[in-house]
Amino acid sequence: MLDRSKLGREAVRVKGWLGAHKWLLLRRLSQLGILALFLVGPWFGLWIVKGNLAASMTLDVLPLTDPHVLLQSMLSGVTPQNSAIIGVVLVLVFYFLVGGRVYCSWVCPVNMITDLAAWLRRKLGIRATSQISRNTRYWMLGLTLVLPLVTGSIVWELVNPVSMTFRGIVFGVGAAWVILLGVFLFDLLVAKDGWCGHICPVGAFYGLVGKKSLLKVNAANRQACDDCNECFVICPEPHVIRPALKGAKRGTGPVILSSDCTNCGRCIDICGKHVFGYGGRHAAETRTETHEGMVNRGVRV
Amino acid sequence: MADSEQKSLQNRRQFLGNMLKTVCGVGLFGVGLGMYANRASSLPAQTIRPPGALPEEEFLGACIRCGLCVRDCPYDILFLGKLGEEVATGTPYFIARTGPCEMCEDIPCVAACPTNALDHELTEIEDSRMGLAVVVDQEACIAFHGLRCEVCFNICPIRGRAITLDLQHNARSGKHALFIPVVHSAACTGCGLCERACILEEAAIKVFPTHLAKGELGKHYRLGWEEKERAGEALVTPDAEHRYNLPEGVRYDLQGEGLIIEEKAEKTPFSSNPLDTLNNSLLDEQ
Repeated sequence: MLDRSKLGREAVRVKGWLGAHKWLLLRRLSQLGILALFLVGPWFGLWIVKGNLAASMTLDVLPLTDPHVLLQSMLSGVTPQNSAIIGVVLVLVFYFLVGGRVYCSWVCPVNMITDLAAWLRRKLGIRATSQISRNTRYWMLGLTLVLPLVTGSIVWELVNPVSMTFRGIVFGVGAAWVILLGVFLFDLLVAKDGWCGHICPVGAFYGLVGKKSLLKVNAANRQACDDCNECFVICPEPHVIRPALKGAKRGTGPVILSSDCTNCGRCIDICGKHVFGYGGRHAAETRTETHEGMVNRGVRV
Repeated sequence: MADSEQKSLQNRRQFLGNMLKTVCGVGLFGVGLGMYANRASSLPAQTIRPPGALPEEEFLGACIRCGLCVRDCPYDILFLGKLGEEVATGTPYFIARTGPCEMCEDIPCVAACPTNALDHELTEIEDSRMGLAVVVDQEACIAFHGLRCEVCFNICPIRGRAITLDLQHNARSGKHALFIPVVHSAACTGCGLCERACILEEAAIKVFPTHLAKGELGKHYRLGWEEKERAGEALVTPDAEHRYNLPEGVRYDLQGEGLIIEEKAEKTPFSSNPLDTLNNSLLDEQ
């Protein structure tokens, strides 16, 4: 049985502290670095990136636009400028390549808050969790797209914690911290990974963008798994792991194919047996179709 | 067999039940959010949108709250609404009293907007209608007391057209003029420079969003004199020329000189020779 107080000790012993936190540190670097790029302008007058995650302009030449918010504005009847369209295409191509929910784990500032809540949950041994469906986020996504159609206004952006956090840090926070506190307490006390894993429509949207994305986490070394279960505990979307890690007998490939996976790499870090790693999606599919795999799946050959 | 069937039925029930719960929850949230949005869609009186902003209802659908207009404003007058403020969260505005629009010719805020929430059709800053200036307090405005000020008139970037000075009689002194500032919506852009410049502790001229500041005549109203000018002739049967019942040699010029006496010079009652007057009156008596 897994001893939660010793979570990650094996990995630290095998790989050293830095090795066992490599991807976590890189993610924090990415999240804070992106924030810093937006902040050196207003703080030090060094204008590298202007705007925020909804739409930005880098060095006055590179436009980037959030496809979810632009879709909402188009549904309420607006025709975007060319810069916005170029920005959306760039963003979509990027997330199609690296995985849609890379936005969640490598960019979104709310991730730091929900990760903190998850960490506290583990430290304080809070187990209580309410039964919210992970599909709620897709209903929420539908809601965010229906509301502009009905009201003609981008209603979701009035309360969206994701854009509000980033905008708050870059342009002034106002009372947005109340919503963030709400998200934190919800994740801490009400539901494990409640916000990011169950409700957030932004994450759901990016999940759909990365439905067929190329960069994936895989359990290539899955035969080394000693069933310590630590990856399941640390993973914010644990249901994505099982098919890849435990699918050898059923002939399922070792690549985590679910678009719910955020490519955060916590499973890679936490595993003392070097089971996980980043890799391409395609390698997996060919591997799935090996002779043994097909036999195991019951396909007549 | 029956057991597994029952189990699958149970599963299906549970699945449908869970889904119903989710849908109801999300639906309720949506209704609440919609109502909140409705309440938040009214623009407070002292928040003015940047130049080229679409009408408020459309603006709230078009603005993606990116803040690029804020960044490209060279005078740093724009803010994004924060949660808890009355203006819709994340949308740009300025406060005329503390930071009015300086009316840049190249309108960088509009150029920066990625979605047309600030209309890219706007190319002349003088065509923008951010709001409308209103002389809100005639009691406090010192021009109404007969003091010379005219600061709003002079600071106005569309000087002489958006604000004019209406000269009126100063009834208090009996011999001076009042220089009354009058705003004309046909030219006022709502930049707010007048509001910032107003010398009072609390400005007597203020810029409001146009829908708050502007009255509107019933659609069926027509101003006869304008229609007449447009048509080039009277649109109703012209009045018969008025006949003044005046003695011969006298006529009346309406809206002109007034009473005109066309008597010949020698018939004037007063000749240069005073004796003539005396003789005339003697003749009249006869």
